[in-house]
Amino acid sequence: MSYTLTRARKIQDTAAKALIWLGASLTVGFLLWILWYILSNGLAHVNWEFVSSDYTSIGEASGIWPMIVSTIYMVLASIGVAAPIGIMTAIYLTEYAKPGSKLVKVIRFCTESLAGIPSIIFGLFGLTFFVGVLGLGFSVLSGALTLSILILPVIIRTTEEALMAVPQSYREGSYGLGAPKIYTITRLILPSAMPGIVTSIVLSIGRIIGESAPVFLTAGMVARIPESLMDSGRTLTVHLYKLTQELYTIHEWNQAYATATVLIVVVLVINTITKLIASRFNKATY
Amino acid sequence: MMNKISIKDLNLYYGNGANHALHGINLDIPARQVTALIGPSGCGKSTLLRCLNRMNDLIEGVKIDGLVTLDEQDIYQNVDVASLRIKVGMVFQKANPFPMSIYDNIAYGLRAQGVTDKKTLNEVVERSLRSAALWDEVKDRLKSPAFGLSGGQQQRLCIARTIAMEPDVILMDEPTSALDPIATKKIEDLIQTLKQKYTIVIVTHSMQQARRISDRTAFFLMGDLVEHNNTNILFSTPADDRTRGYVNGDFG
Ligand SMILES: Nc1ncnc2c1ncn2[C@@H]1O[C@H](COP(=O)(O)OP(=O)(O)OP(=O)(O)O)[C@@H](O)[C@H]1O
Ligand SMILES: [Mg+2]
Repeated sequence: MSYTLTRARKIQDTAAKALIWLGASLTVGFLLWILWYILSNGLAHVNWEFVSSDYTSIGEASGIWPMIVSTIYMVLASIGVAAPIGIMTAIYLTEYAKPGSKLVKVIRFCTESLAGIPSIIFGLFGLTFFVGVLGLGFSVLSGALTLSILILPVIIRTTEEALMAVPQSYREGSYGLGAPKIYTITRLILPSAMPGIVTSIVLSIGRIIGESAPVFLTAGMVARIPESLMDSGRTLTVHLYKLTQELYTIHEWNQAYATATVLIVVVLVINTITKLIASRFNKATY
Repeated sequence: MMNKISIKDLNLYYGNGANHALHGINLDIPARQVTALIGPSGCGKSTLLRCLNRMNDLIEGVKIDGLVTLDEQDIYQNVDVASLRIKVGMVFQKANPFPMSIYDNIAYGLRAQGVTDKKTLNEVVERSLRSAALWDEVKDRLKSPAFGLSGGQQQRLCIARTIAMEPDVILMDEPTSALDPIATKKIEDLIQTLKQKYTIVIVTHSMQQARRISDRTAFFLMGDLVEHNNTNILFSTPADDRTRGYVNGDFG
């Protein structure tokens, strides 16, 4: 009896372990395979010329410099709009609002619903509202406003979690010393939550860089360096999307792979920066 | 003898009235003495302590009626909570230094009040650390993180942080319950020195501790203040059977 039990248990254990290993190696394997596939096809075509020169669709120039600049503008503008709003909302939710109040429930319902909506719907909304109704046209500004709505839930939720993870004993200690609320929030709570907040912003940057449909629906596709927020701009991902629409020659394939390579490198760099910032802050807060 | 704090018919309810945690408490707390609050777990000692600096304001759904005065002034009427908490400082059960340097921990409260003058801050930091009997141990590493201190040192740091605000009253909620006997002894000695300047109210689970350090003791049971008296009298000849049972270790 006990023999069969242990035997059954052993088989279960082995099976479970095998499944876990299979899952893990599939995940890692696919990731490495995709990375290798893109990089091996693209790396050879990435050079200074490619990164730093202009682009024309008829082919006399096929660099990605305007896309890089547009991407940076898009990231800065979207974060510039969404981060203050998101962080302040999270501060309101954790530090000011009564837990369980109507307004908290409404905000929470909105952020959760927003998080689940397919991003093209945001694109459609931005196209109607920012581009059309507000008359901002196809512009970096329209794109950034649309993307801000898209990333707001992530920033709010992650910042909220970071704030809630700050020990209640810090707040008690601070209020027990008669410190004002604003002082407590800016000097004690926000610094303690900073790694989480930075992480939420970096995650959002990844999201901004990765989106395509909501971006070209609102910021357009003009492959020139935008001169102002009111100009259209084409981000790297939109560029890649556009390139994949017209893959006829080997040159076009190479360009697509090279662009993908740059995108992957950018994402890897962002991830590394996050890790560095997080560990910096961990050291700073001991 | 002058009463620093006076509590009259104080009732406290948690959860919008669902839990009646303090039942008509009447207690006077004399100035420059140590008053110990004892009683079994959940009897309302911490709750009462938090009424004295209005920390219960931070808890949702707390209702209070009755009167608490500090120097004859109702602390629930026309009083700025921040200045009340400066006058009535609090040390918590678990040492809760902030994630910053030793120096910044002590300076925190003053900086929060807008004090920026370096000389003032330096003086206050040194004086407070000396008062908390911590100066000699940390004077060479004021700029290093407070988390690097031992548990007992952290608790004395929290006492120093409170002293830095020059309070009249210091509330302590089981300040030694997480400490070993040697660290506990240091804090108890410190309390004996501090009472020359400050009125101290301390919650403790240890009856030996109450006997060692307090001048007066109040015994609580399930939200009632059963009895309060001079510590010696309360422990040697308690008036109430329930007090006798508790101090003799029959329950709790
Ligand atoms: N934040 C709170 N919300 C609701 N009820 C609470 C809260 N804090 C305490 N209570 C309740 O009030 C009563 C008294 O609690 P209190 O913490 O004051 O007891 P205590 O005497 O300090 O106990 P201990 O010795 O375990 O610290 C308990 O019934 C407790 O459940
Ligand atoms: Mg308690």
